[in-house]
Amino acid sequence: MSTVTSPDQTGPKMTPKSMVGWCAVAVVGAVCWTILALSRGENVSALWILFAALSSYAIAYRFYSRFIAHKVLGVDNTRATPAERLENGVDFDVTDRRVLFGHHFAAIAGAGPLVGPVLAAQMGYLPGTIWIIVGVIFAGAVQDMVVLFFSMRRDGKSVGQMVREEIGTVGGVAALIAVFSIMIIILAVLALVVVNALAASPWGVFSIGLTIPIALFMGFYLRYLRPGRVMEATGIGVALMLAAIIGGGYVDQMGLAQTLTLSKETLVICLIVYGFLASILPVWMLLTPRDYLSTFMKVGVIVLLAIGLIIARPVLQNQAITDFAIKGNGPVFAGKLFPFVFITIACGALSGFHALIASGTTPKMIAKESQVRMIGYGGMLMESFVAISALIAASVINQGLYFTINSPASATGGTPGAAAEFIRTLGFTISPSDLSAAAHSVHEITLISRTGGAPTLAFGISLIFTKAFGGALAAFWYHFAIMFEALFILTAVDAGTRVGRFMLQDTIGNVWPRYANISWKPASWSASAVVVALWGYMLYVGVTDPIGGIYQLFPLFGTSNQLLAAIALALCVTLMFKHGKARYVWVPGIALVWDLIITMTASWEKVFSSDAKIGYFQQRSVFQTALDKHHLIAPAKTMDQMQQVIANSTLNGFLQALFAVLTLIVVASAIPVWVKAAKSGGLPTTEVPRQPSHLVAAAEIFATAQEKQAVREYEAAQRELAASGRPR
Amino acid sequence: MRAAALKAGRGIRWYLKQATGESKWDEYLQRCNREDVEPVSRRDFERHRAEQKENNPKSRCC
Repeated sequence: MSTVTSPDQTGPKMTPKSMVGWCAVAVVGAVCWTILALSRGENVSALWILFAALSSYAIAYRFYSRFIAHKVLGVDNTRATPAERLENGVDFDVTDRRVLFGHHFAAIAGAGPLVGPVLAAQMGYLPGTIWIIVGVIFAGAVQDMVVLFFSMRRDGKSVGQMVREEIGTVGGVAALIAVFSIMIIILAVLALVVVNALAASPWGVFSIGLTIPIALFMGFYLRYLRPGRVMEATGIGVALMLAAIIGGGYVDQMGLAQTLTLSKETLVICLIVYGFLASILPVWMLLTPRDYLSTFMKVGVIVLLAIGLIIARPVLQNQAITDFAIKGNGPVFAGKLFPFVFITIACGALSGFHALIASGTTPKMIAKESQVRMIGYGGMLMESFVAISALIAASVINQGLYFTINSPASATGGTPGAAAEFIRTLGFTISPSDLSAAAHSVHEITLISRTGGAPTLAFGISLIFTKAFGGALAAFWYHFAIMFEALFILTAVDAGTRVGRFMLQDTIGNVWPRYANISWKPASWSASAVVVALWGYMLYVGVTDPIGGIYQLFPLFGTSNQLLAAIALALCVTLMFKHGKARYVWVPGIALVWDLIITMTASWEKVFSSDAKIGYFQQRSVFQTALDKHHLIAPAKTMDQMQQVIANSTLNGFLQALFAVLTLIVVASAIPVWVKAAKSGGLPTTEVPRQPSHLVAAAEIFATAQEKQAVREYEAAQRELAASGRPR
Repeated sequence: MRAAALKAGRGIRWYLKQATGESKWDEYLQRCNREDVEPVSRRDFERHRAEQKENNPKSRCC
């Protein structure tokens, strides 16, 4: 009774019925792709994108991920997973596959897949759609699944640890520095998105601000009033949160509008103080309850958005490919389609950050090896679907309005008149009164230059929901969507600061052991302060940048995330060679090669380009030359701002180069290992030796009849054992 | 029809209990029962779990 012999294991023959079914899926996919490829300048329905994505995912999951599971990785259900062998009910814990899928998805999907596609929509809907779908199938989902598998075979070791043990110390140290610094950039840019969404938005500040007392209340409820009743507490929390969103509409009547209209600088200080407190307070007080709220909102909105899209069937306003994609002069971010569309959309297509999650908590909870397919590959497909939805939401907005919201203030001038004129120079039309009306429709003071993606997405979601569900609720839906995004960015910032603090304490602990003691207050407080100061400084740099924080920092964010992916994929390739599977090394290999091409081209351009809009150091030298002659260059309005541009572009250029070099060090130190392993047909690895599994569990979301029967028999046997008084 | 709705309701309840970790308490009680041990109070049990979360931070991705 050691395993279920699923048809997957025995090399199945497809039944004629399923062959017909899969042919139908393939036909639907082919039709959708053809229509997307051929339609130009007509009214294209967003559903073509949606169904092109869904049918491609289905085929990739059914065929490619199965090939990876059984041929490339060789999942073995007779082999006990770490959760089974080391079960302790804490971190090693056999978890139902569907529950673990939920946990894993909640951990990987955040604001990334929402923000990137919105910004990439400046190049049209087609490049983003193709990259999100093709990228996830051949790169993103492959990375997540393969890292999850290898980490599971090593009792849940982290990527950093595996790089050190399997590639070498130099690579390991480079990977550690890269992970830490990339995390700081990611936190800063995410926080920047929140700041841009909440600045000059009293409604937003009111409702997001209230989530703090709501979370505190939930924390106390779960600690003192009704310990452990998470569903009750979350139900109350969600009801209060919806009330907070509705209540935000009455800030004027409450006389709070003035007080809550905060500048970006004030918000930065609020976020820094909040981030510090959240990382030193006990988790039960703030972090855990917030996480329940944000997970609920995340799943709720995604489901609602999918339903809304199908009911509303919106028409795309965006072009398939815009001129900016070819000329590289877009106002949202600089650079041509290649490589910049590929780094702007990281999460949703390929996200290195996932490797940290796939090699952390999740591998310690898997019941059966074959489940890496559903959790690793399937979880990432789901995130990709979120990215596609975000791309659609950004593409159904009037394009004049899209560029008004997303162009930096240095371009739009900030007033309706100037913005309308700027939009005209881009080749779109929108009148100043239309701009004011759009802002008024969602109860915002202005929508001009609300960069960062969140306001655009919220506006798009509000359009789709209003069309799908009716009623005059545009403003409610807008703020509902802002809440949804801000809530889980703040959760990511809390959790990220905490993880960063532990990493720092652990690293310093190597030379000063006492510092690693996580309950020693001086250590935990100072480490938290350092982490918050680092991302807080980058956030401040972004907020005050005269050229525009998102315009300047987003490329750095996207590249760094995908450089992390390059490190993870280099590890996967190394392990394929070491396990003697050189034959299949192309599976993570094509993802690695493509990822290196795009990230290195982008890094090269950002560092060395002679176009001052793209190259950080060129920008620096142009501004420096002007400053020496006491000239001002727009958008800088004072000499101080000139100085600021120079300082920022130097810092950004330095970081961009640093990340690329760290990645190259990891890859370069891996290559000799590849050669050696390929020559000798494999090398010893740190894989934990096989031990037989006694557990029975299904492999996929829906268990087969055979699997259900086997699980029933297994459970009955377990009960019998328990009844006879012998613990398992 | 009614039976199917009930079944779906039970499934959702089961899923939420598992996902929120509420089921940990039930599992603990069952184990105490099986091993004939006096269980600690729910409050102490949940404190113990909170303590573990305190020391094992989980990343949330972007």
